[in-house]
Amino acid sequence: MKDTNKKWAFIFIAANLVLFLVFFAWPAILGVYYSLTEYNGNVATFIGLENYINLFQDSSFYKAMSRTFLYTLIGVPFVYVTSLFVSVMLTSKHTKGKNVAKVIFFFPWLVSPIVVGVLWRWMFGESFGFVNYMIQLIGGDPIPWSSNGNFAFLVVLFATAWGGTAFNMLIFMGALISIPKSLYEAADVDGGSGWQKFLHITLPSIRSTSFLVILLAVFNLMKEFPMVQSLTNGGPGTDTTFIVQYIYETGFDQMKVGYASAASMVLFVILLVFSLIQFKFAKGGRVDE
Amino acid sequence: MNSKLTDRFSTVMLTTALFIVAFMYLFPILWLLLSSLKPGSELFSYPLTILPETPTVDGYAYSWSTMQFIKYFINTLIVAVITTLLTVIASATCGFALAKYNYKWLNVFLICMLATTMLPTEVIMTPTFSVILELGLYDSLSGLIIPSINTATGIFMFRQYFMTVPNDLLESARIDGAHEGKIFFQLMLPIAKPVVITLAIFSFQWRWNDYIWPLIVLSDPNKYTVQIALRSLIGADNIDWVLLLSSSIISLVPMIIIFIVFQRYIMDTGATSGLKG
Repeated sequence: MKDTNKKWAFIFIAANLVLFLVFFAWPAILGVYYSLTEYNGNVATFIGLENYINLFQDSSFYKAMSRTFLYTLIGVPFVYVTSLFVSVMLTSKHTKGKNVAKVIFFFPWLVSPIVVGVLWRWMFGESFGFVNYMIQLIGGDPIPWSSNGNFAFLVVLFATAWGGTAFNMLIFMGALISIPKSLYEAADVDGGSGWQKFLHITLPSIRSTSFLVILLAVFNLMKEFPMVQSLTNGGPGTDTTFIVQYIYETGFDQMKVGYASAASMVLFVILLVFSLIQFKFAKGGRVDE
Repeated sequence: MNSKLTDRFSTVMLTTALFIVAFMYLFPILWLLLSSLKPGSELFSYPLTILPETPTVDGYAYSWSTMQFIKYFINTLIVAVITTLLTVIASATCGFALAKYNYKWLNVFLICMLATTMLPTEVIMTPTFSVILELGLYDSLSGLIIPSINTATGIFMFRQYFMTVPNDLLESARIDGAHEGKIFFQLMLPIAKPVVITLAIFSFQWRWNDYIWPLIVLSDPNKYTVQIALRSLIGADNIDWVLLLSSSIISLVPMIIIFIVFQRYIMDTGATSGLKG
């Protein structure tokens, strides 16, 4: 009996086990090996840590990496605040027409990152975009959204917040709905203002959910690629080139596979640190909810 | 009385604020849609008008005849449907095993699956490409399908769900003489219907909107998925906006249909919300 169960357990996991070994474990080992070689797709020559040494002297890697950090650092609060704001509004007892609004805010989830890029590129076109047109209508000067690196970066952030709201909204709303009503009623008796209630009841009650949202956002922003590729294609120049695009370009366009693998390993170590934090808090979150 | 009045006041204010923000969220897509109904000459003519002066679907006709959408849709649909089907089955069986059997090696495997969420595909894309080449999966739709079947999110969703199913239910079925395969397919999978539907919707959305895999694996335009086909328009030196705008809208249609059909399930995914796959 026990042995047949063992056989079945193995059958049940077999597909995922094979896929895991072939498309995850093996590439991961291969990636470590490639990162120690000079490899252009044909012959891999072992060169030790040279790729890593070169990486840290490579200003374009350095820039892509620090730009990704900056993007994550600004993008996370941006995404967090916008999605929390929307979620609070959608669960407030003071708002009407929530179902219609929910569908609207959910809509970006349907839109692929490529189309999100197209969308914002179209809105923020320099000479024909809607945003510059409005700015000119109220008497301002058109803003060089795509030719100035800082502005392009800003547009990427808008697109990020727009595209990220729906997903976080689903997570937040579940948490917000489960806050006991009695807490708010008690605060009402004490005459607390809406803002005080938000600060002293809502925020502490969703603390673990906030951690989850923040860490998932860190993860997703660190890996940003498709949306930015269709929005700015990394430009102007390389002003919005993030690390995954850098890896893609060195690995697939320039065929410097070993070098790209080394860059991947650096990214991996960074993501690993965030993952470990995430798992630590995710566990804590499950206990107190 | 006074507090009732403030209540009504804040309801009006907040509802107004909510819909202003909602409109701002909707506007970019609305603007894209309205623009796609403008003739090319009107797209760049100042002053801009919100509504097309001479609305036309010429852009769509042009895009439909230029882009081989039927081909891209069929390719993407094949990938999305087959991957989703296989993902659901593999994740359900694997999640069941991880939830209901107690072997050390299963725990080891669980940790391995956790590791896949730590090392996302983007990080190992160059070596995975070598594996794809070695296996002869390059430039084929199966090269998109096979690696995408394995998702930790799906496995965890099923594992969490099956853990809540009482063991007594399994035991009594075993006493009745059912073997494990039968128990799984006739008893467990039907109970897990909500998870099946949720993961299926998620998986379909992931695969429909997938970009990195198709970008790496495909080179033959006949095998392009919708997203890669769109990308080929953006990569052009001079963007043909008429073509790009209407093509973008066309690419959204299948997801919108899925959304309308499964809206109830999609909006209630609070319990399973979580990771990307």
